Amino acid sequence: MNKSLKVLQPSEMIAGSTNRTDAWWKEPLLVVMVLGGFAIYATWAALQNKHYFVAPYLSPFYSPCLSANCADCTLPLIGKWWNLSPAFLILWVPGGFRATCYYYRKAYYRSFFGSPPGCAVRDVSKSYKGESAFPFILQNIHRYFFWMSLVILAFLWWDALHAFKFEGKFGVGVGSLVLTGNAVLLSLYSLSCHSCRHIAGGGLDVFSKAPARHRMWKTFTKLNENHQLFAWISLFGVALTDVYVRLLSMGVIKDFRII
Amino acid sequence: MAASNFTFRVWRGDKSGGNFVEYAVESEEGMVVLDCIHKIQATDAGDLAVRWNCKAGKCGSCSAEINGKPRLMCMTRMSTFEPGATITVTPLKTFPILRDLVTDVSFNYEKAKQVPGFKPGKKEADGTYRMQQEDIDRVQEFHKCIECFLCQTVCHVIRDHEDNKEAFAGPRLFVRYASLEMHPLDTNDRVALLKEKQGLGLCNITKCCTEVCPEHIKITDNAIIPLKERVVSQYYDPVAWLLRKVRGKKTEAAE
Repeated sequence: MNKSLKVLQPSEMIAGSTNRTDAWWKEPLLVVMVLGGFAIYATWAALQNKHYFVAPYLSPFYSPCLSANCADCTLPLIGKWWNLSPAFLILWVPGGFRATCYYYRKAYYRSFFGSPPGCAVRDVSKSYKGESAFPFILQNIHRYFFWMSLVILAFLWWDALHAFKFEGKFGVGVGSLVLTGNAVLLSLYSLSCHSCRHIAGGGLDVFSKAPARHRMWKTFTKLNENHQLFAWISLFGVALTDVYVRLLSMGVIKDFRII
Repeated sequence: MAASNFTFRVWRGDKSGGNFVEYAVESEEGMVVLDCIHKIQATDAGDLAVRWNCKAGKCGSCSAEINGKPRLMCMTRMSTFEPGATITVTPLKTFPILRDLVTDVSFNYEKAKQVPGFKPGKKEADGTYRMQQEDIDRVQEFHKCIECFLCQTVCHVIRDHEDNKEAFAGPRLFVRYASLEMHPLDTNDRVALLKEKQGLGLCNITKCCTEVCPEHIKITDNAIIPLKERVVSQYYDPVAWLLRKVRGKKTEAAE
């Protein structure tokens, strides 16, 4: 038995920020790289204001295109006076939806705010008020972003259907499948949302009196169990869809027509 | 696994201070961390204080922090460590230390006293209560809690910010609140209490409570987030507020 003579205070029991010996820092580091990388790419793509449309494909970063200046205007709600990129008219909706998402909150609180960086790893900040005070109390508007995202999602499905129409005739290109896959992934992410699950029936105490809502709640609960997975693959999906349309538009690659 | 040698660094001391003491332990096949601690008690340190009871992961007594992770000592197999490894065992960080690996967890019992109890509505005409299986399925998960308080000790809201203890119930108690709030026969409304006095808004849903739960209760997804959504409906959602007004729905707020 080896006994040290120095007396430590109980608060000194943990050396540094944690006694953990595993690589707990890998996950937050990976999140910073992937989520940060996506945010940088999305901002860059939105600022470009070009190469977002090549018939019949419209990039999801610009859909629905609401400015009269759009290369492919979905709905001309905003006149030609709008000189900025039309992406900024709509990106705040999916951006807000993801920023207030219960899963992403976990990811970025840990990775970007170190609150906490890992389980049983000391918080970076000395004081903490969580989501009980400004600014994070604003996370409570998540369900409104959910509703607005459903509207955007409807347009993305419209784009996916249009991606099968080549000069007025039915056809299938790789881009058609890319846009459809993107709409499917975003639908899975949106419908697996915790707020969606609550709205469907989570607020009920007596399911037997509302069997339809109970069935909906059970369905969304099953989706919700994979919310984290859908959050990540739909993030990659939407970025890769934009990359595909962009490269097509720039003439770097060609769309392979299946039918 | 054949017999392997390990070095245990065990915290020895009380609230006035202490230090890590190293013990060499030979572990045999099938042993768990609690077995090794018992072996240390039997050979090197008869006065080593450790709380334990069932040795089956059901009483929630032997909670400790093993290599920095809050875990049940009786459910942590020695075969998960590399032979020859040094294993650090400390008491739960969030609660005041009594001696060695034993902490004073009365914080949790004080918070439990503040939970308004089950309050059923009127009985049916035949003098009984009835509820359907699908109404009660959801809260069964919450009843698996063994009160090991690993979720409480890992929660950074109180682990790293002592000043929040007054205003924060913690994940174990949120599970208790959820089991009552979602109960089909209960008539108490604890939503205002959760928001105003039990600190539900302090939780930033980083899911550490879920990660350490030995009963695999999805504390964050199934208890805390649904409660947060109920708070949103009551306080931050004007449409839900309007619907309640139109329907004339009233609930009885519990103190």
